[in-house]
Amino acid sequence: MTLTLVLMAVLMGGIALWLFRQSLHVQPWVAESGPGRSVPAPMTASRTGLGVFLAVVTSVFSLTISAYLMRREMGTDWRSLTVPGVIWVNSALLVLASLALQLAWRAAGHGQEGRLRQALLAGGGLTLAFVAGQGVAWVRLEAAGYYLAANPANAFFYLLTVLHALHLLGGLVAWGRVLVRARGGAPAVQLRPSVELCALYWHFLLLVWVVILGLVLAT
Amino acid sequence: MAMAIALIVLAGGSVLFYFLSPWHLTPLASNWGAIDVTIGISFWVTGVVFLAISLFMAVALIRYRHQRHRRALYEPENKRLELWLTGITTLGIAALLAPGLFVWGDFVRVPDDAHEVEVVGQQWHWSFRFPGRDGVFGGARNALIDEANPFGLVSDDPHGQDDVLVDRPGVLLPVDRPVKVLLRSKDVLHNFKVPAFRAKMDAIPGQVSYFWFTPTRTGEFQAVCAELCGIAHFAMRARVQVVEPERFEAWLAEQPTHGELIARGPGNPEAGKAHYAACQACHGARGQGQQATNAPRLAGLDADYLRRQLHNFRVGARGTREGDDYGRQMRPFAQSLPDEAAIRDLAAYIETLPVAPTAATVEGDRRMGERLYRSCATCHGPQGQGRSAYRAPRLAGMSDWYLVRQLQHFRAGIRGRHPRDAYGNQMVDMAQVLVDDAAIRDVVAYIHDLPGTASAVARTPGEEE
Amino acid sequence: MHEREYDASSQAPPAEVEEMELVHPRTFLGKYIWSQDAKVIAVQYALTATAIGLVALVLSLLMRLQLGFPNSLSLIDPGSYLQYVTMHGMIMVVYLLTAIFLGGFGNYLIPLMCGARDMAFPYLNMLSYWVYLASVLILVAGFFVDGGSSGAGWTLYPPQSITPGTPGADAGIILMLVSLAVFIIGFTMGGLNYVVTVLQGRARGMTLMRLPLTVWGIFMATVMALLAFPALLVAVLMMLLDRTLGTSFFMPEMLSMGEGGDHRGGSPLLFQHLFWFFGHPEVYIVALPAFGIVSDLIAVHARKNIFGYRMMVWAIIIIGALSFVVWAHHMYVSGMSPYFGFLFATTTLVIAVPTAIKVYNWVLTLWRGNIHLTVPMLFAIGFLFTFVNGGLSGLFLGNVTVDVPLSDTYFVVGHFHMVMAVAPVLVIFGAIYHWYPKVTGRMLDPTLGKVHFWVTFLGTYAIYYPMHFIGLQGVPRRYYAYGETTFISDSVQSLNAFITIAAFVVALAQLLFLFNLAWSYFRGREAGPNPWQATTLEWQTPHTPPRHGNFGEELPVVYRWPYDYSVPGVRADFIPQNVPPEAVEREAPAGQGGGS
Repeated sequence: MTLTLVLMAVLMGGIALWLFRQSLHVQPWVAESGPGRSVPAPMTASRTGLGVFLAVVTSVFSLTISAYLMRREMGTDWRSLTVPGVIWVNSALLVLASLALQLAWRAAGHGQEGRLRQALLAGGGLTLAFVAGQGVAWVRLEAAGYYLAANPANAFFYLLTVLHALHLLGGLVAWGRVLVRARGGAPAVQLRPSVELCALYWHFLLLVWVVILGLVLAT
Repeated sequence: MAMAIALIVLAGGSVLFYFLSPWHLTPLASNWGAIDVTIGISFWVTGVVFLAISLFMAVALIRYRHQRHRRALYEPENKRLELWLTGITTLGIAALLAPGLFVWGDFVRVPDDAHEVEVVGQQWHWSFRFPGRDGVFGGARNALIDEANPFGLVSDDPHGQDDVLVDRPGVLLPVDRPVKVLLRSKDVLHNFKVPAFRAKMDAIPGQVSYFWFTPTRTGEFQAVCAELCGIAHFAMRARVQVVEPERFEAWLAEQPTHGELIARGPGNPEAGKAHYAACQACHGARGQGQQATNAPRLAGLDADYLRRQLHNFRVGARGTREGDDYGRQMRPFAQSLPDEAAIRDLAAYIETLPVAPTAATVEGDRRMGERLYRSCATCHGPQGQGRSAYRAPRLAGMSDWYLVRQLQHFRAGIRGRHPRDAYGNQMVDMAQVLVDDAAIRDVVAYIHDLPGTASAVARTPGEEE
Repeated sequence: MHEREYDASSQAPPAEVEEMELVHPRTFLGKYIWSQDAKVIAVQYALTATAIGLVALVLSLLMRLQLGFPNSLSLIDPGSYLQYVTMHGMIMVVYLLTAIFLGGFGNYLIPLMCGARDMAFPYLNMLSYWVYLASVLILVAGFFVDGGSSGAGWTLYPPQSITPGTPGADAGIILMLVSLAVFIIGFTMGGLNYVVTVLQGRARGMTLMRLPLTVWGIFMATVMALLAFPALLVAVLMMLLDRTLGTSFFMPEMLSMGEGGDHRGGSPLLFQHLFWFFGHPEVYIVALPAFGIVSDLIAVHARKNIFGYRMMVWAIIIIGALSFVVWAHHMYVSGMSPYFGFLFATTTLVIAVPTAIKVYNWVLTLWRGNIHLTVPMLFAIGFLFTFVNGGLSGLFLGNVTVDVPLSDTYFVVGHFHMVMAVAPVLVIFGAIYHWYPKVTGRMLDPTLGKVHFWVTFLGTYAIYYPMHFIGLQGVPRRYYAYGETTFISDSVQSLNAFITIAAFVVALAQLLFLFNLAWSYFRGREAGPNPWQATTLEWQTPHTPPRHGNFGEELPVVYRWPYDYSVPGVRADFIPQNVPPEAVEREAPAGQGGGS
């Protein structure tokens, strides 16, 4: 729980600080003829929406990881599992997918439709390969006797990786919509906000993956 | 205006209710008078605040009710007032919190001279363990529990051999001696609570929790379960008697240790057969029961249940009540058995008797009965096979006329009210589910049709499909 | 993406939602069923929540019947009783209160009060409702499957909740868990909307410190819900795995039906930590919108600015943040290390300070006001009284030492019903009487409303206040009957009968309310655009009820905070938020500029 609390504290602290700056010297009851500013321009609704959603996802993963650490401490039956080698291939795939989407974002900014489509396709394909690779990892683990119900370490590994893969698959829905629009000939600049959201989301999930992998290896 | 009056009446009435209500803390019987003091402080502080705010509101409603030419005051803030109020509130909160934390400091630190008792919760009864002469509890695990080892003690742990086991919901504690209660659960969460002791704690499977107190008053107290643990949660009780130390020591010495119980083993059916001669006349040669002699069937009952009932008859926990004519007939026969060993042997013999089908004598609506039986199925088994872990005897195939009579007795409190008949007492509670004699006949008619095979023991009816 | 040129010194950039394309459907289905209009979605949420809430109300009456007049119905056996307990609690807390405050009032009021055309992501918003409806249907399906719904108590503590022998341990619990997961997914969709709309969709001039407290309350509650519901989601997923695939996250080595089970080493306490990490913020997820709404009701009907607006906002934020570090006060006697008691008792009692400040500011708002005792105001005052009562009994339970004898007794039942059931429900009623004219264009009948108020207010107090005292005597909660329990005095049975009768009377009064809702929809007095003469933007719409898009051709521009009531020197006793200072009609020549 400590981990979650620290994350929450950082999050809440950020919100509080921001509110503090907005409200400290304001006397709300004073009416003004020139209405004050409301929202800074780079904050678009979809960016804010993504930010809020990432906060929710952070909460999901940090709580699962908190549970992981607590269960490990509370029980005496924890036997760490050996990560199959294919995980490293998968990690590389996810890094590449993230890179490809970063390239797509850049291509969209520069209005390069062709490169955008290529980079998008590469990103999605690499992600699918990652999920398939995770499937291979699960099968290998089963074959090696690391059954889901046999040990909490296994159960948590499956839970975390499946949760992570589900989030990626959810991202692929958004990615698919962008791809359809790109194929339909929408100008790259118009696609930029959506591509940008995809890229940020993928980077975030890459970060989550690094944390999960580090956690599994370290414990 | 009505609102203001309502607020004044309600707030005043609420405070008066505290003084006039017939419900107060049960008389204290432990060292935790400090807990009562913190409750008292809380009542005084919150009572004053409650009255103050409610009356302030009432006055505001009267003085500032709408009038055509009145204008409300325009006052966005009043920093001084807000700071004052914050300060006073903080002080009030500190006044509540400080004594609480102070007492909690005592609560978490068990005195060095406390003796230990382990309370084991299980659906739906309590059992107790004392560490024995060596003063150390032997290791225990739920996975090791079976009929011969109901506490799940680790067999090769030397500390466990002299552990004193009380496998029934009744325990004695010495007065004026601090006791550390260690809690364990065999299945789900439970909570061992004696209201007069104030302190309580959950029992959790897989770990040991604790609390401590010092009983300060001799007498008998009821312990209940205070954490939802299933359908008979409301009937999960134990008897706690606080006695003089000498009596406690004497009682403790009488209780069997783990080593003794293992060495004693089950009863001897061969020896029991001889004792059964006295039972034959009424219960039949093969324990099949005879309605003509009002003697129920015995064959099919487990030894544990038979032992307990014979013991109850012997000590007068059953068969002494007005209205239980046939139980009173049974009592002298049980008393004629020489000792507890004879009871064990006899029970072991009856357990070996073959189970033959009995004829139905009770008519009822079986579909209604099936619904009613849901409340019985967890303990007595979905097939009516009985489950000794729940202290629940077999029902399927037993004399149905006898079941009707016993259910009527339970419902009326003719059977099961004796303080030493803990499981009968639970049945008094459970039998209330059968609202009338028709319901009793319905459920008995349904029970009679049950196969009573233990094949589906581990599963409830819904899971078989 | 349009990188708009933007000069900070001139005017604010037009808010994003302003130029959003709204989907204007033509068919009836598109308008009222598959609508993307937040107002329609709000009504859908509210009606669904009310319907399922009525089911939970009936369950509570069945429980009361058993407690007041034991075993008068053979239908209610111990298993069914626990199923009623479980479903009643879960429905009321999650599917009624959370859904109606955030999905109902949030959807209706956030865009209108912020001055937006609609939510930021209307399609997602519509989806949110349908996912919510699905979760309700899955939950209700639990009543009909073999073995019935879960009977593990609304807290669903393992091992009990998934142990054979517990009612509904076969299918009911699985449906319950799936339903909760679906609810959380649906809520996240809606919650994203509420947060982003408040952050992005505000009209020009609507700074954060000019938001009505209703919006503040709902906003903070949504932020908390978004962060807290994941804890429930994680717990639910892990329990599903324990139940279906035999993992041992929560399930320890234990007996099951008197025999050895398959699980090893799991920790029931881990579940409790996760559950209450969600569960305690959940209390405030329900309370904060109520706090916000009641602030506005009091200000409008007392014709006075809310006292200490900034303090009120900060109290909401501090309560929201602190509510994440108090969860273990539900677990003082759970068997966790008792040393946690020191920490959690302290944090819990600290949270009482900002809460108390809110109460002071409400009653100080009444002081020197011009109080109209309208039906919404009656409910608001009823809330204040009930909430003060329930909040103060919370000081008993939060204080670890005092909690030890009182936990798991009727004291707890009385406390949380007072603070979490009656108080928010009184606010919901008040809010419905207050905003019904905007939603339908007609007033609710005030006479019926007053009868409804008095029966509900006095009735619920009669039900819950005495419960504290039988709890003091030690009467445990979640007991099917008290037959053979000796420390309970016989008078408790008479009290239980009295409470049951009171509960039926209160329930009948709710029928009156439902009748009022239906009757006034057709026959109520025409309300006009602003019947309460309130300042906030929802009362300034060109149409009543507001049309899709809310504000006609042009979005409003905000010049002032929402509490300009009875400003000195101004003729009217209220100035709407969108009235510029130069347009304010003044009484005397000595006006000093809009309100100071």
